[in-house]
Amino acid sequence: MRKFLIRRLLMMVPLLLGISILSFLIMHLAPGDPATLNAAMRSNIDPSYIEKLQVFYGLKDPLYLQYWHWLERFCTFDFGDSFRDSRPVLIVIAERIPATVYLSGLSLILLFVIAVPLGVGAAYYQNRFFDRFVSVFTFVGYSAPHYWVALMLMLLFGVNWGILPISGMADTNLDYLPWYSRGGDYLAHLILPLAVTTYGSLASVSRYARTSMLEVIRQDYIRTARAKGLSEFQVIFNHALRNALIPIVTLFGLFLPSVLGGAVIIETIFSWPGMGRLFWESIVSHNYPVVMGVGIILAFFTLLGNFLADIGYALLDPRVRYD
Amino acid sequence: MTNKPSTVKGSRLSTFFKRDPLIFWGGAVVSILVITALTAQWIAPYDPLLQVLNDRLLPPSLHHWMGTDQFGRDVFSRLLYGSRISLAVGFVAVSIFILIGTTVGAVAGYYGGWVDGLLMRLVDVVLCIPTFLLILMVIAFVGPSILNIMVVIGLTAWTDVARLVRGEFLSLKEREFIQAAKLIGMRDSRLIWKHMLPNAMGPVLVAATLGVGTAILLESSLSYLGLGVQPPTASWGNMLMEGKEHLTDAWWLVTFPGLAVFFTVLGYNLLGEGLRDMLDPRLKGSGRNG
Repeated sequence: MRKFLIRRLLMMVPLLLGISILSFLIMHLAPGDPATLNAAMRSNIDPSYIEKLQVFYGLKDPLYLQYWHWLERFCTFDFGDSFRDSRPVLIVIAERIPATVYLSGLSLILLFVIAVPLGVGAAYYQNRFFDRFVSVFTFVGYSAPHYWVALMLMLLFGVNWGILPISGMADTNLDYLPWYSRGGDYLAHLILPLAVTTYGSLASVSRYARTSMLEVIRQDYIRTARAKGLSEFQVIFNHALRNALIPIVTLFGLFLPSVLGGAVIIETIFSWPGMGRLFWESIVSHNYPVVMGVGIILAFFTLLGNFLADIGYALLDPRVRYD
Repeated sequence: MTNKPSTVKGSRLSTFFKRDPLIFWGGAVVSILVITALTAQWIAPYDPLLQVLNDRLLPPSLHHWMGTDQFGRDVFSRLLYGSRISLAVGFVAVSIFILIGTTVGAVAGYYGGWVDGLLMRLVDVVLCIPTFLLILMVIAFVGPSILNIMVVIGLTAWTDVARLVRGEFLSLKEREFIQAAKLIGMRDSRLIWKHMLPNAMGPVLVAATLGVGTAILLESSLSYLGLGVQPPTASWGNMLMEGKEHLTDAWWLVTFPGLAVFFTVLGYNLLGEGLRDMLDPRLKGSGRNG
């Protein structure tokens, strides 16, 4: 087990390097560098100014040298400065983390609180009404693009009925509101993004929970538990559910990157000031250092999430052995 | 074929419907979509690019079933033409990833050993890449085009198929008819093509059908972000993107293209699940994660 863990941790280093090289290459394949883009926005720009900018950003160096400089600084946790406002990338990113963790963290909790009972219930009442209901629901969930669901909700709640705000985390004149209505304002802004983010993964998680529970309640030990006369409550909650939850808990690990990465589309639609939107804005403005910074952090958490999922599995299920 | 009375045909259809309602409904939706895409130029009531500036933002009516957009173009006609984009992206992207996935899975499963180890590590690596973010980056930096979308989806989505085919090959390898074929000295290539692949294609067919739905969803998201098909060409995603600007005064612009994506993807998902149940009744309703 320990050997396996160490090997997995060490594997993350070449993987991260590989991902960073890949991202770097993709970005620099692009026609148009940030200096030219920047200059194109203004008229009558002096060509020598573009040249100066390119030198300043280090864009004139050969690609491998640019990557090497990036890597050198990365090793000291220096992600460079944002092209947009010359502030350190780490600070730019750090500012966006709370908003994303707030939205995605709450959504992750809500997701499991709703999806697991749905899936487990569907498995228990297999092929009965509740199961049918859940399966129709999951089909809809798989098929409706969630950015469109977001638009529809905005249309209904924000435009037609006018009862919920549709953009941002809080009202722009929040500071002028009395303290007691600030909480309500935050809550109102949270409802739609939270609903859509949660909905986005609800179908797959409840489906997963159903499969997992179905596998368990067909096992011999469940029949044994029933045969020896345990109450149905005991059988389901003590014997079946605890085993069915094992694979579900590991899903938490796989969802970890989304807590930080946020949902690019949802955050963009709702003008939510989080990491997903930051990534999107930097991509559009060719802000290389920020794209690299966010990309590498997200890749790290994706790898970490996979790793935690494996550990969780081994810790919870003694039958699983890695060697 | 002899001519059969239509009643027999009808009753066959109804038993088929009773036995496999998923395939029936999914197949119906998918057929309608394919027919629509192929015949768009004949059934569309208007030219999808024709701007009639006097008829801007008209709500749905008898003349314009789904209203008109900010340039006075007919939304229904644009929707019909948009189905071509979705269909093309779905089929090309899926063909690419089925091809890669099947090849990798077959080679890994058949030869085993270090080849298998190497290829499966490759699968692990690709799985570790945050796919959506990678797609965003590639499209944003290499340039938005329908071809790029197809290729990128194709290049990142093959891992599941590779695992499926590898699994099938591992178990097929032990079966007697394969052992026998090997024993009589059949060439590897012939054995793989003639005897193993056809027996492994069931799950791949299911993955392909579900994959078309996923690819269509992904394309519409990318077009929605402005990274897909570029206006004025109509795609469902970019219609939604343009419609969002008129959320407050033209509900029809964001409603109908979204419904089109929804029903299309639903159709492919129903068909895929139905095919899975048909091919392997043991898994009935066990879901794609199972």
